Amino acid sequence: MVRVAQLTKQVTTGDSALTILRDVSFSIAAGEAVAVVGASGSGKSTLLGLLAGLDTPTSGSIHVDGQDLFALDEDGRAALRARLLGFVFQSFNLLPSMTALENVMLPLELAGAPDAANAARELLGRVGLAARLHHYPKQLSGGEQQRVAIARAFVTKPALLLADEPTGNLDAATGAGIIQLMFELNREQGATLILVTHDAELSQRCGRVLQLAGGMLQ
Amino acid sequence: MGWIGEIRLALRLLARDWRAGELTLLAVAVVVAVAGVTTVGFFTDRVHQALNRQANQLLGADLVVSADRPLDTQFATEATRMGLQVTHMLRFPSMAAGNGRNVLAEIKAVSAGYPQRGELRITDQLYAPDRRATSIPAPGTVWVDEKLLTRLQLKPGDVVEVGNSRLPVAAIITQEPDSAIGFINAGPRVMMNEADIAATGLVQVGSRIRYRVQVAGAAAAVDAYRAWVDARLQPGQRVESIQDARPEIRSALDRAEKFLNLAALFSVVLAAVAVALAARRFLQRHLDACAVMRCHGASRGRVVRLYVVQFIALGFVASIAGSVAGFLAQHALALWLGSLVTVELPGAGPMPAIHGFVTGLALLLGFSLPPLLALGKVPPLRVLRRDIGVPGGMGWFAYVLGAAVIAGLILWKAGELRLGLLVFGGFAAAMLVAGLLAWGVIIAVSQLQSSGVSWRFGMANLRRRRLASVLQVAALGVGVMALLTLTIIRGELLQLWQDSLPPDAPNRFIVNIQKDQIPALEKFFAAQKIAMPELHPMVRARLSKINERAVSSADYTDDRARRLADREFNLSWTTHMQKDNVLVAGQFWNVNEKNEPLRSDQFSMEDGIAKTLGIRIGDVLTFDSAGSSFAAEVTSLRKVDWDSFNVNFFLVAPPGLLEQQPVSFVTSFYLAPGNVELLNALVKQFPNFLLIDVAQVLNQVQSMITQVSRAVQFVFLFTLLAGLVVLYAAIASTQDERLYQATIMRTLGASRAQLARANIAEFAVIGALAGLIAAAGANALGYALASRIINVGYSFSLTVWAVGISCSIVGIAAAGYLGTRQVLRISPLRVLRQLS
Repeated sequence: MVRVAQLTKQVTTGDSALTILRDVSFSIAAGEAVAVVGASGSGKSTLLGLLAGLDTPTSGSIHVDGQDLFALDEDGRAALRARLLGFVFQSFNLLPSMTALENVMLPLELAGAPDAANAARELLGRVGLAARLHHYPKQLSGGEQQRVAIARAFVTKPALLLADEPTGNLDAATGAGIIQLMFELNREQGATLILVTHDAELSQRCGRVLQLAGGMLQ
Repeated sequence: MGWIGEIRLALRLLARDWRAGELTLLAVAVVVAVAGVTTVGFFTDRVHQALNRQANQLLGADLVVSADRPLDTQFATEATRMGLQVTHMLRFPSMAAGNGRNVLAEIKAVSAGYPQRGELRITDQLYAPDRRATSIPAPGTVWVDEKLLTRLQLKPGDVVEVGNSRLPVAAIITQEPDSAIGFINAGPRVMMNEADIAATGLVQVGSRIRYRVQVAGAAAAVDAYRAWVDARLQPGQRVESIQDARPEIRSALDRAEKFLNLAALFSVVLAAVAVALAARRFLQRHLDACAVMRCHGASRGRVVRLYVVQFIALGFVASIAGSVAGFLAQHALALWLGSLVTVELPGAGPMPAIHGFVTGLALLLGFSLPPLLALGKVPPLRVLRRDIGVPGGMGWFAYVLGAAVIAGLILWKAGELRLGLLVFGGFAAAMLVAGLLAWGVIIAVSQLQSSGVSWRFGMANLRRRRLASVLQVAALGVGVMALLTLTIIRGELLQLWQDSLPPDAPNRFIVNIQKDQIPALEKFFAAQKIAMPELHPMVRARLSKINERAVSSADYTDDRARRLADREFNLSWTTHMQKDNVLVAGQFWNVNEKNEPLRSDQFSMEDGIAKTLGIRIGDVLTFDSAGSSFAAEVTSLRKVDWDSFNVNFFLVAPPGLLEQQPVSFVTSFYLAPGNVELLNALVKQFPNFLLIDVAQVLNQVQSMITQVSRAVQFVFLFTLLAGLVVLYAAIASTQDERLYQATIMRTLGASRAQLARANIAEFAVIGALAGLIAAAGANALGYALASRIINVGYSFSLTVWAVGISCSIVGIAAAGYLGTRQVLRISPLRVLRQLS
C-alpha cells in the first residue's frame, strides 16, 4: 500500500540546513496498522505530511497504492488524496462555520458524491453524535469534536487513514474512547492505518511500530 | 463534478458561511455602497431633471428657437411630431400710447399654452393680490405691467394704442416667467394675443421682431429636438435652453451636481475601505477551510473557483439589495423634499440601479479577488502546522486591483477626468500620508519607556502588528474623517454656500449711468435710505483683432463664439481683482507702492470666454469703440463667480487704458420686494437708466441652494453609514488575534484590569492617530470643496481638530474595549476553543 524509499527532508533556517528526516525507507502492506513513534522533534509529523503528499521531500520517494506521489504535481496529489486518503488531526481541524453534519459532508461534497448528507448522518450516528448533527464545533466538547473529525475521515471510505496524535488534545479517558472508535471503524472498513503518536500504550495496539529518532528510523 | 455541481457546492458553502455570520460585514459594506450610489443616482437624475425644469421656468419653456425672420413651419411640426408642446411668440420694441402719453414698450404676442414652464401672474388692480394666469390675453385685449400703467398713468380698462390697434387693458402683469432673460425687458410690457398682431400693422419688412418657437416636454425628447434643430440652424437663427441663457443657473446646477456626486463618491470610497478590511478578515478566517479542502483533495484551482463563485453570488445578492434600498431611500427623500421642490419630480429611470449594481460587484470583486486568489495558495500542510499561514503577495500589492477598481469608479462617477483625478489623487495621497504617519508614530510611541505593564503590553502589540495597525489607523482615520465631514464640515460648507448668496444679494442692476448723474444718484439713494452701491465704469467696444488677425464671426463654428464676435463687449477698469474672481492663469497686474499698476496696456479676461474665442495669455486684443481703437495684451485669465450676482466683466483693464473712451457706469443693489415706487421714482428721475431685474433668477438660485443642501445632507447619511461600517470593520479586523493573545495572557495570570488597560492603551493610541489623520483630512476636504466647488474662502476649523481627536480617542478606545471585553468575561478555555 505504501512504499517509502530513502526519504530525506531538510529545511534551511538562516545559514544552516536542518535535516528532519534522513534516508527513511519502509513499506506497509494493505490492511496493516502501523504506529510511528518518537520523541518531539524526531520528525514524526513531517513524515506524516510527506506520506499525505502535503509537503515535498528533499530527496527520496513515496509510492501510495503504486503511484509515485512526487511524480504528481500538487493538484495531482490532491486528487490522489481525494481518492485514497482520510485524515485525523491532533487539532481536529473542523471548520467553525459549518455544523457537525456539514463538516462530515464536506469531503463527499468535494468528491461530488450524490448522497453526502445521508452518508454523513449515518457515520455521525456510528460515532455516537446522532443528536449533535446541527451543532457547531464551538458547541461541542473536545472529545465530540474529535469524533466528528473521525467521522469525516471515514466517510469517504479511504484505503489509507493517517492519524496525527489523535488523542494529543484530549484527556486520558476521552482519548481511550476515541482510539477504540478509530480502531473499530478501521477494522470495519479494512483500511490501512498509519498513526503518529508518542503514546506507548496506543502504539501497542498497532501491528507494527516504526521508531523515529533524530530523523532516522531505528 | 460538472460546473453545475460546482456552482451548487459553492452556493451551499456560501449559505453556510452566511449562516455562521462570516459574510455579514462584507454584505453590509456592499449594500451600503450600492444604496448610497443608487440613491444619489436616482435622486440626482430626478432632481437634475426637476431643477432643469425649474430653471426653465425662467425661459418659459424647455427650449426656444428664435430668429429675426419668421421661422419655417418645420420647426413647429417636428417638435409636435416628437411629442413636444409648442407655443409661438413674437417680441419687439414699439411705441405704446394712451391717455395722451406714449412710451417705448416691449410688445409680446403669445399663443395659447404660454407659458409652458413657470408662472405668469396677473392682477386686476395695481398692488392688489395677484393670481396665476390660466390663459393668455383674450383676442382684442392686452395685459400690461406696472411700469406701463404708471408711465401712461392708465387704469385697468383704459385703452392702449399699439400700431393701428386700440386695445383695452384687461389685466396687470405682476410676474412673467421669462422676464429676466438678457437685457430685453428693459421697457414696459404690453402682452397681446398673437391673433391681434396682424391688425396692428407693425409686422413689416425691417421691423425689429424676434420670432420664437418655444417647446416643452420630456427631457429625452427635448434633447432629441435640440439635436435636430442644431443641424438645421441658418444664420440669424438660434436655439437656447436655460443653460445657454443664464450662467448663474448653470453654475449653481453644476455645483449642486458636483456636491451630490462627491457625496456618493465618498460613500463608495468608504465602502471600498470596509470591503477591503472585511475581505482581509474573511481570508484570515478561511485559511483553515482552504487547507482542509486541499487536504481532502480539492485542487488549487477548484478552491479558488468555489470562493469566486461564492463572492459573485454574494455580490449579486448584495448589489440587488443595495439597489432596492437605494430606490426606496430616494423615494423617501423625494417625499421629504416634496414640499420644497416646487415642480413635480419626474420618474426615475433604470440606469442608476444598473450603475449601482455594477459598482457593487466591482467593489466586492476588486477588493476580494486578490485575497481569494491567495486562498488558493494556502498550503495543505497547514492542517498539520498551523503556523504556516497567510500566503505571500498579501501586502500592499494585493490591493493594486482594488485601487484600480476604485480609480475606475471614481473617474466614472466624477464624470470628468480632472475632478476624478483630484478625488482619487487626494484619497490616495491621504491614505499614503496617513499610513506613513501612522508607521512613524507607532514606532516612536512604542519606544516610550513606561513602568506600566499594561502600557508596555499595549505598545508591544502595536509594534508587533505594525502593518495591521497602520491599516487599522488609516481605515479608522477615513471612517472618522467621514463622520467629521458629515457633522462639522458639512454644516459649515453648506452655510458658506448659502452665505455666498445672502437674502440681500443684489437683485437689480442699473446700466447706462452717466458720469454727471453720479452725484444726483448718490442723493437719490441717500433719500431712499439705501447705501450707495459701488459703481463700475463700463466701456462698450467691438473686438476687431486678435493679434494681427481680424475677427469675424465667420471664423468660428461655435454658436456662442459667433455671437461674441459679432457683439460689443463690456469692458471695465479696476486696480484690484474682484473678490468673487479667481485667477486661473497669468498674473493680475502688479502694482507699485502707490497702488498703480506697472503698465496700463493689459487685459484680464474671463477664462470661459477666452476658451470660446481661442484667446490665450500673451495674445494682443484690439478693440474699436466709437471710431477709435485701442489694444492691449491679455496677461491673466480669471474664473468669474457668476452666481454671486455681483457686477462682473468679461474683460477688465488697469486704470489708464480705457478712460479716453465713451464711458458709462453700472451698478447693482438690493431692492426689497414690492418697492415698486422706488423703481418708478428712479426711472422718472433718470429716464436714460436701463434697469434689469434679476430677482427671479436670484430666488431661483437661492431656492436651488436650499434644496440641494437638504439633498446633500440626506445623501451624506449613506456616507455616515459607510463610515460606521468602516469603523466596525477596522476594529473587527484584529479581533481574533487580540482575543487569542489576551486569552493566553489570562492563562499566564494577567488580571482583567491589566488586560483591559492594555487594550485601552493600544486603542487610544490608534484612536489619537486616526483622529489626527481624520481632522487633517476633513479640513483638507473642506478646503478643497470650498475652493473648488463653492468658490468661497475656507478657514480651517479648530473645532474639527478638537472634536476629531478627542472623540476619536474616546470612541475608538471604548469600541475596542467593548469588542474584546468578552475575553475578560468568559473562561479562557472557551475562547481558545472558539478560535481553534
